[in-house]
Amino acid sequence: MEEPQIEEQNKLIDVAPALISVHPSQKSIAVTVGSDLRVFNLIDNSPVTLVDESNESFHKDSVRAIRYSASGKLFVSTGDDKLVKIWSAESWRCLNTICSEKRVTAVAISHDDSYVCYADKFGVVWVVELGGIKGVSLLSHYCSIITSLEFSPDGRYILSADRDFKIRVTVFPEEPLQGAHEIQSFCLGHTEFVTCIAFVSSPELTQSYLMSGSGDSTVRLWDITSGSLLDTCEVSTVAGHLESNETEQTQVTVTDLCAIPDSSLAAVAIQSFQGILLLSCDLSAHTLSITKVIQIPGESFIPTSISVSTSTLWMVSGASSGSNQPGYSRVRVISCIESEKSSILEDEQIPGGAKLLEKLQGKASIEESVMIAASEAVRTAMSSLLMKKQYSEEKREFRKRSRNDKKTIN
Amino acid sequence: MESETKPTFSKSTGLPRKRFYRARAHSNPLSDSHFPIPISPSHLDFSLHFPKFFGANNEEVSKKAEFADIGCGFGGLLISLATLFPDTLMIGMELRDKVTEYVKERILALRKSSSGGQYEKVSVVRTNSMKYIPNYFEKGQLSKMFFLFPDPHFKEKNHRRRVISVDLLDEYAYVLRAGGIIYTITDVEELGEWMRSCLEKHPMFESLTQDELDSDPVVELLCSATEEGQKVARNGGQTFRAVFRRIAYVS
Repeated sequence: MEEPQIEEQNKLIDVAPALISVHPSQKSIAVTVGSDLRVFNLIDNSPVTLVDESNESFHKDSVRAIRYSASGKLFVSTGDDKLVKIWSAESWRCLNTICSEKRVTAVAISHDDSYVCYADKFGVVWVVELGGIKGVSLLSHYCSIITSLEFSPDGRYILSADRDFKIRVTVFPEEPLQGAHEIQSFCLGHTEFVTCIAFVSSPELTQSYLMSGSGDSTVRLWDITSGSLLDTCEVSTVAGHLESNETEQTQVTVTDLCAIPDSSLAAVAIQSFQGILLLSCDLSAHTLSITKVIQIPGESFIPTSISVSTSTLWMVSGASSGSNQPGYSRVRVISCIESEKSSILEDEQIPGGAKLLEKLQGKASIEESVMIAASEAVRTAMSSLLMKKQYSEEKREFRKRSRNDKKTIN
Repeated sequence: MESETKPTFSKSTGLPRKRFYRARAHSNPLSDSHFPIPISPSHLDFSLHFPKFFGANNEEVSKKAEFADIGCGFGGLLISLATLFPDTLMIGMELRDKVTEYVKERILALRKSSSGGQYEKVSVVRTNSMKYIPNYFEKGQLSKMFFLFPDPHFKEKNHRRRVISVDLLDEYAYVLRAGGIIYTITDVEELGEWMRSCLEKHPMFESLTQDELDSDPVVELLCSATEEGQKVARNGGQTFRAVFRRIAYVS
């Protein structure tokens, strides 16, 4: 239906990274590659068949955000096809499909499972009740792509991070359908687009702090009540270290991060790094530091998305190919992530074993060349989407030439 | 070398001449900026804006800007406010490059020519206030915000470019302190209704009473102090005001 020329150009931006999300008590796990949503039941070790009464193919275009609710009862998937699908994470029936006006880039579920919030490419965050038909506007980041949405652990605030380096902390009101107008704070400090945010807390302290990853090669720690920046952790040195040809420090993007429950640790995935960083947060001193670097040997595995359940870290590396061929995804697991004895599991050792890999990866093993090509495509796609285009002075003047409304002086 | 022959300045008044700072009336607020934005309000270099008050030796910044004129145009309101409020720091924000240059030159020239130092507390910055207000001002920093004769963006599809909207009012409420005042005025009736309606809908703003409007000396400046306002008065046009107070959130 689309012109072949436009399709060629869109191909670059349309490459979508594979996403992974694991149930909070590891009852099931979901992976998306392009528009394909694959779920595996870890309780009875079997692939899940999704039931959607509305149509056969579920999502028609790349899925950009997935997550389980904190309770584990709901699952939501959404993306470029402008549909927000809310699933029961028990029966895997699609409970509700909401139509968004624009492509959706981020999603979050309130802790009591009553509201789903989703954000679009133009900076509007929408909210819909569980049984609702259409979303209403909750708040807006003026003309900025929203990259991440999170509720604070106590449910008081909703956080939205955008491409213009900002994180906004807004009070989530009693009546969200009237809009969220009371801004608590802005967490300002990143010098590039913010990609991911997550809360870290320890079981002793009641207070939790926010961590954020960005295209500026840092992970930062924040106090959301005041918006103050507590600490900044540079991660570019790690990636540079292990790539022998890199002499200068280039900026690397933090792809994903997740806090490990019942610890003050967080796992971080970086764009060019074949492995995971473990960051430790000292919650009384308010500092953040790299505590461990875990390299994945044997294959070029660069995680595009990570998710944690109790102490098992699940990672996926993959992408849709942007054309009619199916994309690929490769799943790896690190167990006991918070302890000294953390280990990267071999395929046979992972929960669900070969059956899980067949379901989530599409096949049991993936070629190295496919993985390398795809990780490069993901990197290009993300920077063309989120990096501001910098034109030189001459190029800007050239682009202005086509304007026909300039007055000449004298 | 010595002669101050800046061709764009009037020889008699020492002030910049507008015809050399011609600009289009509109600027696209949606396009990405290529001017520097402070990463956060604490990164804003006050010594650049108010050199008499903040030395380069990292002195304690005790005073902060309290008034912001959003879309300050050629600076008419700021100049009048500086006389009325000689002890208050104020900043004008303007998207258009040439117009910002004009205001900068005007302020510098006035600072040189006046003895009372009343223009030392006025400054201007080129920025997109629809995207970057929180980068310049901390929570509750401002006591007054001005939106004089904003671009009406007549077409319905362009209404989202309007500087007053319920969503943007969230951010303006954030930088205004409780009790702070937002002043809006326009000569376009539909826009006047729009702005009033947005402010009425927003849970953190309430309208000033007629008595409060009458006793506020700033209110009459809205029509008379700016070039735009003077033009409307000359043509015998009507103006539509909406002046509201920032209040604590009411659910």
